Amino acid sequence: MKSLIQKLVETPGPSGYEAQIRSVVRAEIEAYADELRVDALGNLIALKGRGGTGGIKIMLAAHIDEIGVMVTQVDENGFIRFTTLGGVRSYTCVSGRVRFLNSAAGVIFMEPLDDMTKVPSIEQLFIDIGLSNNQDSPVKVGDVAVFERPFLDLGDRLVAKSMDDRIGAAVLVETLRLIKDTPHQLYFVFSTQEEVGLRGATTAAFGIDPDLGLSVDVTGSGDTPRRTKVRMEVSLGKGPAIKVRDGGMLADRRVVDWMVSGAERLGLPYQMEILEGGTTDARAMQLTRAGIPAGCLSIPTRYIHSPSEMVDFNDVQQAVQLLVELVSHPVKL
Amino acid sequence: MTKATREIHLPQIGDEQLKLLERLSNACAVSGDEGEVRKIVLEEVRPYTDEVKVDTLGNVLATKRSSVERPLRVMVAAHMDEVGLMLTSDEGEGIYRFESVGGTSVYDFSGKVMWVGKEHLPGVIGLKPIHLLEPAEIKRQFTVDSLRLDVGPATGKVKIGDRAAFATPFIRQGPSLRGKALDNRLGVAILIELVKHTSPLIELQAAFTVQEEIGLRGARVAAFSLNPDMALILDSTPAYDLPTWDVDENVRYNTRLGSGPAIYVADSGTLYDPRLVRYLVETAKAHGIPYQVRQPGGGGTDAGAIHKQRVGVPSVSISVPGRYHHSPAAIVRLSDWQHTMNLVAIALIHLTSKVLDGER
Repeated sequence: MKSLIQKLVETPGPSGYEAQIRSVVRAEIEAYADELRVDALGNLIALKGRGGTGGIKIMLAAHIDEIGVMVTQVDENGFIRFTTLGGVRSYTCVSGRVRFLNSAAGVIFMEPLDDMTKVPSIEQLFIDIGLSNNQDSPVKVGDVAVFERPFLDLGDRLVAKSMDDRIGAAVLVETLRLIKDTPHQLYFVFSTQEEVGLRGATTAAFGIDPDLGLSVDVTGSGDTPRRTKVRMEVSLGKGPAIKVRDGGMLADRRVVDWMVSGAERLGLPYQMEILEGGTTDARAMQLTRAGIPAGCLSIPTRYIHSPSEMVDFNDVQQAVQLLVELVSHPVKL
Repeated sequence: MTKATREIHLPQIGDEQLKLLERLSNACAVSGDEGEVRKIVLEEVRPYTDEVKVDTLGNVLATKRSSVERPLRVMVAAHMDEVGLMLTSDEGEGIYRFESVGGTSVYDFSGKVMWVGKEHLPGVIGLKPIHLLEPAEIKRQFTVDSLRLDVGPATGKVKIGDRAAFATPFIRQGPSLRGKALDNRLGVAILIELVKHTSPLIELQAAFTVQEEIGLRGARVAAFSLNPDMALILDSTPAYDLPTWDVDENVRYNTRLGSGPAIYVADSGTLYDPRLVRYLVETAKAHGIPYQVRQPGGGGTDAGAIHKQRVGVPSVSISVPGRYHHSPAAIVRLSDWQHTMNLVAIALIHLTSKVLDGER
């Protein structure tokens, strides 16, 4: 599974431009899905199972887009100004490197700061791709790039850009491969444009019209050094996290209980998650059409939206085990 | 289809089109109160469409059917509403407190003349005269809440809830046009022209939408009900191509006047469908029409609501650039209007479902 994760995190797929990562995922799941389609917004939707007694329609979603940058101007000296796709913070950009979809590469730096104690704004940053003017620039206004950082295997801990949410995509791919039998119609959705507002999941959920929705996404952790007392009760290596609430959703109590009892049955470690800010595709599913029961299985992650997001491999494997168990049996909410 | 029926007939801007834009610009349609513009739109498009309806929110949905079987159904949207203000309390003597409607700030309203209510009664948003200002007051930041609209006593025709729009008569100045609400009466004028003077093979779903300036509300229900295969949104976007006085380099010009239609790649509401962006760019290049890519960033169009309806609608936006939008007077170039109309007309004439072959 580590090689699958490496392949997914090292493929670029900024929000709105998921073609490349989508084809990588498709190649991984083609042999295991009963049906595959791509919708208007680029969501890759794989159906597993034709339904049977006690079966329902379940939508499982992990987003394949990642945060990135988009060019707003190439100035006469060849420096590139940019805007962000998703929640990119300036302090994770400076001195980092980016790779454009046409393979041009560059480094991000900033204008001289008047006040070194203040974080620069995105407008003060620029990308240098080694040009001395804007004639024949390989990069134009509207082109997109992602952060470039190789996959790092630290044993239990794995570090990469775009763990958010390729780790969720890896969990879904692995789950799809391991399912032997299910009474359900399982729609595995590799969704697009999550980082800019759950846009792919919104239209995918409308099209699928599921009975139950579950997203697999990253969540923050409270286990890193800090001088304040406020901390989140989620740690790496203590099992996958079952979301109770986040900034955009109160998880359906029945879906939470379903996941908890599944974990207890298997004797898997798990943690309850309460996330103050941010949300996931589960919100879009919960609010689709007339509303459905929805929840989220989270992978505890450090340094989210930086080029070095860290997860614990045991949490990831346990998430797969739990998910396979949950969707292989009839669901009673 | 024979080649002859697909011959390109490009609408040209002449006196008729200029007069129509003048009427549209001078009409008042602050968000939620679009009746005056809607009336003009209905008059203009009715004789040229197969079906026209006004929906619950006030959108005009006019369909022009195609001669081919199972045509590509294309929603072309332009919002009718404009920014302005709404009277919120009567303080006597013809003095009213108000709130802004849509994206406007205190700068846009201070000291301006307005057209109030359905009869366009004259009103003034007064300021304390400089003679009476203390030095400290000059530097003070003031708010919309501290402003008042003065329509004079005893008109008896103004009431709470009435809207007011900037009182700026439309004029032509050589290569330029000046008027209020050119965001988005230009889009409305182009869409009317497309309905009247083109016969594309697609099914044209012309949507003249309401309440765009307060959150894309009309477009949302319009797209749900039309359920199109794709959407093209016509709007007008700011051009801030001016020398800057506070920094060395203007890196946020958005668009430039005279550089042709602005094609969108991304804004705060939409990441535009790359297949449709490519199609517009290639169409412009093939026909020698100047175009520019709008700087990606904030702002947005009706696409933000349309592309997320139902199972998703591949969408693209195209704007006529204009200086000083959301203020009493915008300035646009006649040439940008004509080029935008040409590009959209040609793009629609050649459009087939092939454009959506292949995944986004």
